[in-house]
Amino acid sequence: MDLSYSADEEHFRTEVRRFIDAHLPAATSDKVLRGKHLTREDILGWHRTLATRGWSVPNWPKEFGGPGWNSAQQHIFEDECADAGAPPLMPFGIRMVAPVIMAFGSRAQQDRFLPRIRSGDHWWCQGYSEPGSGSDLASLRMRAERRGNAYVCNGQKTWTTLAQYADWIFCLVRTATDRKAQQGISFLLIDMKTPGVTVRPIYTLDGDAEVNEVWFEDVEVPLDNRVGEENQGWTYAKYLLGHERTGNAGVGMCKRWLKALKRAAAEQRAGGRPLIDDPRFRDRIAQVEIELMALEVTAMRVIAMELAKQAPGPEASILKVQGTEIQQTLTELSMHALGPQALPFQPAALEAGYAGPLSGPDWAVPVTGRYLNHRKASIYAGSNEIQRNIIAKHMLGL
Amino acid sequence: MNFDFSEEQNQLRAALARLLDRGYEFDKRKRIVASEPGFSREIWRQLGELGALSIALPEQHGGAGGGAVDTLVIMEALGRRLVVEPYVPAIVLGAGLVARAGSDAQRAALLPRVAAGQHLLALAHDERDTRYELARIATRARPDGSGGGYVLDGDKTVVLGGAAADTLIVSARTAGEPGDPDGISLFMVDAGAPGVTRHGYATQDNHRAADVALAGVRVGGDALLGPAGGGLALVEHAIEHGIAAVCGEALGVMTMLVELTSAYVKTRKQFGVPIGQFQALQHRLADMLMRVEQARSMAYLLATTVDSPDAAQRRRIAAAAKAMVSQAGRFVGQGAIQLHGGIGVTDEAPVSHYFKRMTVIGMTFGDADHHVARFSDLMERGT
Repeated sequence: MDLSYSADEEHFRTEVRRFIDAHLPAATSDKVLRGKHLTREDILGWHRTLATRGWSVPNWPKEFGGPGWNSAQQHIFEDECADAGAPPLMPFGIRMVAPVIMAFGSRAQQDRFLPRIRSGDHWWCQGYSEPGSGSDLASLRMRAERRGNAYVCNGQKTWTTLAQYADWIFCLVRTATDRKAQQGISFLLIDMKTPGVTVRPIYTLDGDAEVNEVWFEDVEVPLDNRVGEENQGWTYAKYLLGHERTGNAGVGMCKRWLKALKRAAAEQRAGGRPLIDDPRFRDRIAQVEIELMALEVTAMRVIAMELAKQAPGPEASILKVQGTEIQQTLTELSMHALGPQALPFQPAALEAGYAGPLSGPDWAVPVTGRYLNHRKASIYAGSNEIQRNIIAKHMLGL
Repeated sequence: MNFDFSEEQNQLRAALARLLDRGYEFDKRKRIVASEPGFSREIWRQLGELGALSIALPEQHGGAGGGAVDTLVIMEALGRRLVVEPYVPAIVLGAGLVARAGSDAQRAALLPRVAAGQHLLALAHDERDTRYELARIATRARPDGSGGGYVLDGDKTVVLGGAAADTLIVSARTAGEPGDPDGISLFMVDAGAPGVTRHGYATQDNHRAADVALAGVRVGGDALLGPAGGGLALVEHAIEHGIAAVCGEALGVMTMLVELTSAYVKTRKQFGVPIGQFQALQHRLADMLMRVEQARSMAYLLATTVDSPDAAQRRRIAAAAKAMVSQAGRFVGQGAIQLHGGIGVTDEAPVSHYFKRMTVIGMTFGDADHHVARFSDLMERGT
């Protein structure tokens, strides 16, 4: 065993860093590092830039046009991108639907969709949760009825992140009602431009509108857009969730937030000295840094395991729980670092180029909203209660 | 020992509930917070009619001569409905300071108008580097040379209720350096005086605050509130009253968080049953309830201590109560959101607004870490 990076891996890190230095626009990284709103073009622009180098799909194997990186390389890439303030790669295409299409899709689907995910031509969103089906996802009710060469879809999805930007949505739909819930689900790929699809924003407690409801009214979907077998969608759905949860660890982002927290604590003053010199606050930072250090290694171990087995296991749930709890600790500590300056609500200042009046430093503006917003992290992608159930059942056999 | 509220206090609680159940229904609150100045002057007037604005003020100036337990009763009722009117800054901090420290002339000039809901006060104390340490004040007040007045220069930040206030109570140094306990004086400054610039904004919980810049602001000698150089003890006592008030408010907020959440888990079904039947969720709610009761005990203890002349005792209990309430509020608020699931992080769900208010209360007048540290410094050592 050797947990140090090899010379090749260090060389790879340099290569990634050079590419980022040369190609990431300063205006974009500035927005990311200051927590400003990103536009669709900010996110897609970086995706396309990476695509020119073959790096827009870091978790993909070579046979589907990915770089075929091992777990250390994937980690180094994420680490460098996050540290430099690169916009996040949207997981919905790359990490969620693509592995399903690779494993269960037809050759035609692979040829049609994978290159467009890789290039950034298709922005995907996730049609999983419904108002009555959250933790109990298998109870979903969106109907898909066969009519000739198409499914006619009716129903509603919710919590659909960035549906307002999406070209395609992958949906779990009910194709049979005469059997156990899990056995009547199919996995459909739906063009967002199809007549009958409506997107409505959901405003979150921090004032943001990142998530949406997506309504389907007599939406016709060609049979060719079904992945795998009819009524076998639950198997594909779970396979996707494993991939999603591995991505929930967010180690790179956490490391960037930790860095920002330390900077904030050095800049903020308490009792006439930098806050970071207050032993109580410093110990809190130390504690979360230790947890993050462990998560970084655990994340690489889990990815290595997935690559060996070619499928995510229940270990992904560990990453989801630990990662989101660390994210929540970091956002909370960052808010507390601000003291009273955490209170002003200044959403206009989240737009790049805002030049109006401001209370407190510019970097403080997104901090409290991020704490409030990230309460979602222990809820989405299967609540942390559900993850603990998975760990108890599949890892402990309880 | 007696834990009972008086007949008058029970009547006040019921009257407030009647007013706020009608006038502060969630959608009405939404309209109030979106308006300018961010609260309802009509609600403020009605609170005045109920006697809620003047209950703790001295009788000779239009008050009822009540105490901090009366304030707790009011604050808990305001907390249940997430009332955003500036009760803490204008009444608890501002009017309380004038009542305790003002000369007869100052009290007579201000308190009846405050009690009638016609005049708003705010305490402009915090500065960029203050961070809960009350003595760290850099704003200066120098004698104006001739008339016995002063000239004030400095920057105040996150002044609660500061944008709508008619009179600002400004702390400034007449001597000493930031961090020195002596040398801080309090001044009553007309919010419209030349040299006063306010930048008002909403806070995360839909309350309002302002940054206040003071540039060569001239005040007369009669603007001095309390003894020159002796302002810190006054501010400290005012903040202890503020802590007692927000602890009372937190009881209302946390009780609602538990009520909303237990109602939700009884109706939300997953896996064919109400999710409240899952033991993991039951235990979390049980822990939330226990934290509220522990916090309630500390809020009561502080309310019955904060009017005491024993400053050392007040200081200890205020630190202990605020530490407990901030911690309980965090646990209860985060638990309420988690048990609500996705709906809990939406703007349309009342629970998210209770969570935000609780988060802000947790950080107002010192967060849990600050007060644990303070209590630990004051704690009796074993011998």
